[in-house]
Amino acid sequence: MVTEYVEGSAGTEYNKRDFKVVGTRPPRPDGIDKVTGRALFGADLTAPGMLHATILRSPHAHARIVSIDTSAVLAMDGVKAVVTSEDFVKQQGSGNQDTLDNCMARGKVLYDGHAVAAVAATSVKVANAALKLIKVEYEVLPHETDVDAAMLDSAPVLHEGRKFRNIPEGNNANVSGFREFGHGDLDEGFAKADVIVERSFKTAATHQGYIEPHATLATMGPDGRGEIWVCTQGHYMVRDMAAAFVGMETSQLRVTPSEIGGGFGGKTTVYLEPVALALSKKSGRPVKMVMTREEVFRASGPTTSSSTDVKIGMTKDGRITAGQAKLRYQGGAYPNITAMLGAMTAFASYDLDAVEAQAWNVLTNRPKQAAYRAPGAPMAIYTVESVIDELCQKLDLDPIEVRLLNAAKKGTLSSYGPTFDEIGLVATLEAAKAHPHYAAPLGPNQGRGVSCGFWFNFAGNTSVSMNINEDGTVAVIEGNPDIGGSRASISMMAAEELGIPFEKVRTIVADTNSIGFNDVTDGSRVTFAVGLATIKAARAAIKNMCGRAAQVWGIDADAVDWLDGAAVPTGHNAGEFPPMTVAEIAGDQAKTGGPIAGHHEVNVDGAGVSFGVHLVDVEVDPETGFTEIKRYTVFQDAGKAIHPDYVEGQMQGGAVQGIGWALNEEYIYGEDGKLQNAGFLDYRIPVASDLPMIDAVILEIPNPGHPYGVRGVGETGIVPPLAAVANGVSHAAGVRMSELPMSPPRILAAIDGAK
Amino acid sequence: MSKIHVSTSINGDAVEYLCEPEETLLDALRNHVGLTGAKEGCGSGDCGACSVELDGRLVCSCLVLAAEAEGKTVSTVEGMADGEKLHVLQRKILDHAALQCGICTPGILVAAKALLEKNSDPSETEVRYWLAGNLCRCTGYDKIIRAVMDAAAEMRGA
Repeated sequence: MVTEYVEGSAGTEYNKRDFKVVGTRPPRPDGIDKVTGRALFGADLTAPGMLHATILRSPHAHARIVSIDTSAVLAMDGVKAVVTSEDFVKQQGSGNQDTLDNCMARGKVLYDGHAVAAVAATSVKVANAALKLIKVEYEVLPHETDVDAAMLDSAPVLHEGRKFRNIPEGNNANVSGFREFGHGDLDEGFAKADVIVERSFKTAATHQGYIEPHATLATMGPDGRGEIWVCTQGHYMVRDMAAAFVGMETSQLRVTPSEIGGGFGGKTTVYLEPVALALSKKSGRPVKMVMTREEVFRASGPTTSSSTDVKIGMTKDGRITAGQAKLRYQGGAYPNITAMLGAMTAFASYDLDAVEAQAWNVLTNRPKQAAYRAPGAPMAIYTVESVIDELCQKLDLDPIEVRLLNAAKKGTLSSYGPTFDEIGLVATLEAAKAHPHYAAPLGPNQGRGVSCGFWFNFAGNTSVSMNINEDGTVAVIEGNPDIGGSRASISMMAAEELGIPFEKVRTIVADTNSIGFNDVTDGSRVTFAVGLATIKAARAAIKNMCGRAAQVWGIDADAVDWLDGAAVPTGHNAGEFPPMTVAEIAGDQAKTGGPIAGHHEVNVDGAGVSFGVHLVDVEVDPETGFTEIKRYTVFQDAGKAIHPDYVEGQMQGGAVQGIGWALNEEYIYGEDGKLQNAGFLDYRIPVASDLPMIDAVILEIPNPGHPYGVRGVGETGIVPPLAAVANGVSHAAGVRMSELPMSPPRILAAIDGAK
Repeated sequence: MSKIHVSTSINGDAVEYLCEPEETLLDALRNHVGLTGAKEGCGSGDCGACSVELDGRLVCSCLVLAAEAEGKTVSTVEGMADGEKLHVLQRKILDHAALQCGICTPGILVAAKALLEKNSDPSETEVRYWLAGNLCRCTGYDKIIRAVMDAAAEMRGA
């Protein structure tokens, strides 16, 4: 068994305290810009002399590119530059080559919509007309879009001759990754069970569905210096990728993040940015690129689809004796680790003596998958929570009691290797059990579903600077795009630590040249990691300010403490001085040694895992197969909710994305390997009239790894809904559902099949 | 083909622009008039991020030709606040934290304003169905619905 992942064990950061700012609900600093239309998103910027570029995309699911002839294009009026894969720098021996090949196909096109060439012209209209003049000769190859079929020996091979590491014998060349996790003796475990349920499940690929399409504006001058404006979850990632692909040093490329119109993991990679930069380099003009919605669906995101076999044994009194899962995920045309993450999370909610989860990552002729909120976990946990529900049904046991009986807690050896520190699953289950929702009566054709969910959370590389302005107000400079209110939570933590009002702090998200490196806004890391770095930057500034006060008072710096936004003398020999406020210290800074600032740079550990429990009541119409969500309650451990409104928002938003995944959303491919529903009309995400209010219950079990106890909250919320809704539908319809989405035809077929 | 000259009124101001015959009102607003509050999420009328009012009627500006604005009045999110004073809906969206990324917010605001102009006391179901054409991927709609209901209540009381 391989268990490389090590749970963070920072352990000692947390100190219990009474908060003044943290836990309140102030208006977000970027709010007025966002309700007045002033906020500038990816597509909202223009530049003098700007060109517009569009992309020629593959009409085939799988084909060899025999030749590309762009000669007619440059002769066209208004066309200024054209690029193909030949215009980018090869990335030796790194996964970045896959990312580059996904931006611009090299040798073969691997999915419908794969970029082949791009044209920059004086207008979108001219650029699109120019694309029609590019002559691409294709040798069409057989294709496969289904995960199970792609694993067969008869399947077409996407990357001929490419060796993937550690693939066991018996797997074909499309298996790009295999991992297994677990412990204990499965045979012994299953022998102890009174009932064993084995079931196979499928989930469809879904798209992150951010409302803002990918957009960028790139400029590169003849001096070799570049600028990129882009909607992204990580502008340092964009800088590093785009610079490498175009062949320049990172110091020469400055990337500024726009406001970001949703990402959910889908904006953690590059698509347009290197292309726009290369076109700008060739044309000497700024180049703007904006994807259409059809391009977003065909060529960005989505998540993986999955096929999973699960086997779980249980005793009559509800103890799980063994659990086994075989998870096969297709993540499109390039390798990824999503199935591995699925295998790690599948049984993470439970304290098990015998558990095994195996994961296969499989290549298919679909877009390169991108992270989507807790990548891999929703589809894995869906299968395990569905089987546990079926066992509870067979044994006539209460589903929450059974989960409590088996719940992971502090000291549990997790199914993926590490031993858990302080975690909130039991408290979260208890809260769900005690909630009025769980005791509410159900009507005809209604069913109630329960599911647990888990996500690791991530921390990572983080840089924060804090300037104490001359009037005592504070500027926080961070480098993670604000995707859901993080400027508010970061300002709140700065104010809390400094002991000043929230309104005195302004947090900005700076460009790549203005603050040190930051990992992408992912893994629910920002409030945790940027918050931690902000608190430590504040502590550095406080230390500096205490020194200034000591200097003015003529006492030892050790004899100065910080209390409620002011330096105060402390100890016997400090002397009697009135508190010296931030504003007073800042006003004197020129006389006491110059500007005052604090900063903190760290690769943070100890993100702290997060658990959630969802309760849902559904009603299934037996005539139409339509499912209505009647009531929904989310319970989740936030560690400490800095701004509870935005914590609730994450829980509600995650739940609704999961509801869409469970009931509606699906990438539909035809026999020809082409995506058939590349638009919001046919790929239907939940709308307001599909839903009730989503009640959010925040639990706070402090994370030992954060000074204020924060855990990431962004991702866990999408994990439980798939099984919660499926379990509810299975009860309401009277038949066990095992394929997502549970669209009306699929539910009707299941009902008819059970008759 | 030569461009079309359009004279229209946008947020109370007389505005003229030249547009291509096939150009949308959304593109004219964003690229010729400099109003980028309305967003293009889909270009097919499915997401509502480009919502504006045209002669008082709620439309997706990506489905209206720029030339069709001739002689009409257009209201966008940029026209909602009165100087420094936010519209009640804008204030309530902030009070209820009814946005996360904010890309759908301009369209939600314009659509909700159009609803409250027709129906000052909508039920939750009426708000949900009216806003069914405005996609939000972040919030799950809960806080948006609450904000609109709260704004309606305050506007009725005022």
